[in-house]
Amino acid sequence: MSVDSGGEPSPPADSQLKRDMPLVPADSIAGRALVVVIAIMTFLACLTAGGALLIAQASQGWRADVSREVTIQIKPRSGDDIEALVSKATEVAARSPGVVDVHALSKSDSERLLEPWLGQGLDLSKLPIPRLIVVHMRAPQQADLDSLRAALANAVPQASLDDHRLWLARLDTMADVIVLFAGALFALMIVAMATAIGFATRGAMAGNREIIEVLHFVGAEDRYIARQFQTHFMRLGFRGAAIGGAAAALFFVAASLLSVLTYGSAGSEEMAALFGAFSLTGGAYLAIFVICAAIAALTGFLSRLIVFNHLRQLM
Amino acid sequence: MLSFENVGLRYGMGVEVVGDLNFSIEPQSFQFLTGPSGAGKTTILRLMLLSLRPTRGTIHIFGEDASKLDKDMITGFRRRIGVVFQDFRLLDHLTTYENVALPLRVMGRDETDYRAEVVELLDWVGLGERKNALPAVLSGGEKQRAAIARALIVRPELLLADEPTGNVDPVIAKRLLRLFVELHKSGTAIVIATHDLALMDQFGYARRLVVGDGRLAIFDAESA
Repeated sequence: MSVDSGGEPSPPADSQLKRDMPLVPADSIAGRALVVVIAIMTFLACLTAGGALLIAQASQGWRADVSREVTIQIKPRSGDDIEALVSKATEVAARSPGVVDVHALSKSDSERLLEPWLGQGLDLSKLPIPRLIVVHMRAPQQADLDSLRAALANAVPQASLDDHRLWLARLDTMADVIVLFAGALFALMIVAMATAIGFATRGAMAGNREIIEVLHFVGAEDRYIARQFQTHFMRLGFRGAAIGGAAAALFFVAASLLSVLTYGSAGSEEMAALFGAFSLTGGAYLAIFVICAAIAALTGFLSRLIVFNHLRQLM
Repeated sequence: MLSFENVGLRYGMGVEVVGDLNFSIEPQSFQFLTGPSGAGKTTILRLMLLSLRPTRGTIHIFGEDASKLDKDMITGFRRRIGVVFQDFRLLDHLTTYENVALPLRVMGRDETDYRAEVVELLDWVGLGERKNALPAVLSGGEKQRAAIARALIVRPELLLADEPTGNVDPVIAKRLLRLFVELHKSGTAIVIATHDLALMDQFGYARRLVVGDGRLAIFDAESA
């Protein structure tokens, strides 16, 4: 501007000039509350996702263990020499392809299995107690269970082969239901978080109405204003997601360490049975990072959408 | 540059706040918009700024029918208009420098490009030492000068000022008016809303648009 200042203009004091302030005020009570909400939601979402991954991993382990093992059950008829039938069935099983180990439970082992139902101190020698033979496979797909079943039917008609298919199907269903439930919980948390972001953005729009009006009057385009709000909310979202994600990662690290430290105690065995080693893989930690980044992006995207809708209604 | 034809405005089903407005603002013209408090001066300024839509009549701005402008075009026109609000409308979390530089910043210009320009203008309006001050610690007069500097920084084709010297002492008022005169000489059309007769008397060559009871009377300028 050509103005007569009546003297030399002062040189810009670059180092002292404050000029980097965002147009949407960075710190506000509503902003801090949103960071806390996002942090908590991210933490819960990561816990849910991590828990689902742990159960999925553990269920794969259960399925592999169970499907590598089949059981031969011999129900003796009167007059049968049960020991001879057991050793014959054991021989047939041992010859079958893909079988690694065959272990016949002794008579006393079989009787002990009935103790929880029949109690101790009973003489079971007169009862035709079925005998079990545990067969371990190298890999389920390498085992030819149909030919083993046919060979057993020929050699020992009293024997039946249980490949735990029913049990496996139930296990599959249970694990799938848990993972689906975790997925639904995760989706609900994202919806709740999106709703909170929506409220916060609308609140921020109302609180910064004067700023928006001034920006319009000085010639700011809607997309410029929307970008300012998007940047503001993306920062808040990233801060909240980083806090929540870091807390979740720390939780899993601590839980993994705890499971190692308490290994062998009564409770830890049940936990290990359900969750495996209770340690997430590197991929799972990457998933936590992706969830955090997605939540930050979602925060920015939603706020931009809401700001645009709001600005469209203004002149 | 700007013309009103039978323009009227009412809020909802109420009576007309302003009506039968017929006038035009020519390029490089200088006029005062005057009248008693509550007569509708600020409403007319807001109509000029396209922040209110008239309920009747037509406004033409820079050759375009304002009712047919989309938001981007309105934004484009606002960049050609400088505005000084009666209540300053400085952003409280920005420094004086940032407030004055705001119109250039929203245009997407690089800060290093306009820094010297903004600092020079701040020195001119007497805010050279207050560059980093927030509005909360500025006096009423300093806020007003910052608001004026913000309006002038884009070298607007049209300047709309609502009571621009209402909160400053006579010395600063005179200095600011010199700024408006300089701006007018460089080709900007000026509309100053005021009820300060002494101020208007200093500019005998300026046209007077007198608003009363929502109607407008025009008194052409004396020969300079």
